Amino acid sequence: MNIMEGAFVINIAVCLKQVPDTSEVRLDPKTNTLKREGIPSIINPYDAHALEEALTLRDQVGGQVIVLSMGPPQAVQSLKKAISYGADRAILLTDRVFAGSDTLATSYILTGALQKLMQEEPIDLILCGKQAIDGDTAQVGPGIASRLGWPLLTYVSKVEKISPQAREIMVHRKLEEGREVLRASLPALLTVVKEINEIRYAPLPDLIRGATYAVEIWNNEDLHLDPTQLGLKGSPTWVSKTGTPPLREKGEMLGKDQASSAQIASLLAERLIPDIVVPNR
Amino acid sequence: MAEHPLGIWVYIEQEKGQVAPVSWELMGEGRRLADKLGTSLSGVVLGHQIDKVINRVFAYGADSVYAIDDPLLEPYRNQTHSHGLVQLCRDHQPEILLMGATTTGRDLSGSVATQLATGLTADCTELDIDVEKRKLLQTRPAFGGNILATILCRDRWPQMATVRPRVFPEPEAQKAPSSTVVRGKLSLQPKDVTVEVIKRINEERKEGYLDGTDIIVAGGRGLGTKENFQLVHNLAQALGGMAGASRPAVESGWISYSHQVGQTGYSVRPKLYIAAGISGAIQHLVGMQNAEIIVAINKDPDAPIFRVATYGIIADAAEFLPIFTEEVKKRMEGKAVTAKA
Repeated sequence: MNIMEGAFVINIAVCLKQVPDTSEVRLDPKTNTLKREGIPSIINPYDAHALEEALTLRDQVGGQVIVLSMGPPQAVQSLKKAISYGADRAILLTDRVFAGSDTLATSYILTGALQKLMQEEPIDLILCGKQAIDGDTAQVGPGIASRLGWPLLTYVSKVEKISPQAREIMVHRKLEEGREVLRASLPALLTVVKEINEIRYAPLPDLIRGATYAVEIWNNEDLHLDPTQLGLKGSPTWVSKTGTPPLREKGEMLGKDQASSAQIASLLAERLIPDIVVPNR
Repeated sequence: MAEHPLGIWVYIEQEKGQVAPVSWELMGEGRRLADKLGTSLSGVVLGHQIDKVINRVFAYGADSVYAIDDPLLEPYRNQTHSHGLVQLCRDHQPEILLMGATTTGRDLSGSVATQLATGLTADCTELDIDVEKRKLLQTRPAFGGNILATILCRDRWPQMATVRPRVFPEPEAQKAPSSTVVRGKLSLQPKDVTVEVIKRINEERKEGYLDGTDIIVAGGRGLGTKENFQLVHNLAQALGGMAGASRPAVESGWISYSHQVGQTGYSVRPKLYIAAGISGAIQHLVGMQNAEIIVAINKDPDAPIFRVATYGIIADAAEFLPIFTEEVKKRMEGKAVTAKA
């Protein structure tokens, strides 16, 4: 342990997800299916803030930042990008048997990788984004914390203090109406919101390092995870159907017959009167 | 497992006796689901000095209440609440467990589902039951809110789901006698708890509560510019309502996130929702489709927003809004004069 050696540093693992930029996704109005072609892949924006926070903490306290991602082989792109931002080490968890994992199976795989990592060196802190923009589930971070038995601090908007000596961390956590200040023992897992920081640009030497860095690839021969808990087989949730929201009662189109805007405005006000929305004259 | 899990449970989110309204909304929906499935409905209350809350849970239709009363359960902490809830689930084997998709519900549900090794569907906008298979049909926006997916949980229990506030209406509390209360114990000692709440800072939302207001005028990317977004505020003010926005409008920096309606913003159910220059992506529709009256103003006659509109107007929102605002002001003035006379 670091404490035994008297060198107070922190090792931080950041879990990243490479996601399609869902703000670019459009529905094909004719077929009601997603147009997936040509959608760029990005680091999940919340995870990018988690990485930024990890780098800041490392620069203050000392230690290293290790980024992990589970995904298809193409996800090395996001990990190389994380290296270019300043991460020290990057590992991609990729295997056909991982494909189709829901959040329960995903947290199992990521936890397996983190445990393998911890056989090499201690991890004091795990940072995740609050959720991924493609699934918006916010379940994987809490899942990893539960599996490790670590304190979970979600929706963190500020790291107030981290003391490797005292083995504790103090954070601000966003609530529905306000925030709370929490103190937790280390090691701990945090999920972060965007307000936690501003993402800096990568300096040139790091950009070069990112381009040339060889991302470590771990598959299940490295992790030795229980195959029944992986992929589709290990995922209790499954999608039974997809569709669009149920239609409401057919609405009325106002002013189709070339009425002027003023006439339509008057018509709309008339329509809304019986519902006491716009009070009558 | 000797017996099949039975009963629908609703986690009652409370602190110091204050219950999150979404818990009551879920009791209302839970009643419907329980009747359809032919099973019982229970509330689960974790906290300290919770007897009053327990009595209220019966007023919202519970057949029974599961409760743990322990000082370590207040204020809320993930560790203590997940420990208590997991324990109750293991001891009593519910078939379905529902929670609000609030900060607390999302924080807690992921931990509980993992510890029980069961499936969890977040942020549902619709629930139903497949009676024959005894499955909870959990519908939620998927893929960035661009499509709706119905999700099932196979061979694991409880089937867990979180639901956004205001997706279901809040039922009326009824006069109901208290019935069975099953009390559990929290097998945690203070020294086992690794997280401490040092302080709470309440920040009132200045603009009022978007999810509690009757009239919302919402603007989207179709308004074109930040300057044009002012037209939304003008109409909202004339109607005595509040300004809302689509995600693209918020991402463009035209208005703050606290006004965002949709899957990743607020779910709302106002009396009147005016969507100006909003195309109607699914992630937006799921947040406002329960409004009583929806007025859609959009240039594009094929915009999906017209599919949910009570009244549709094909027009440039930036041109139509000021005209309609004047019309409203005129009628409001008229009303004021009549009222005085």
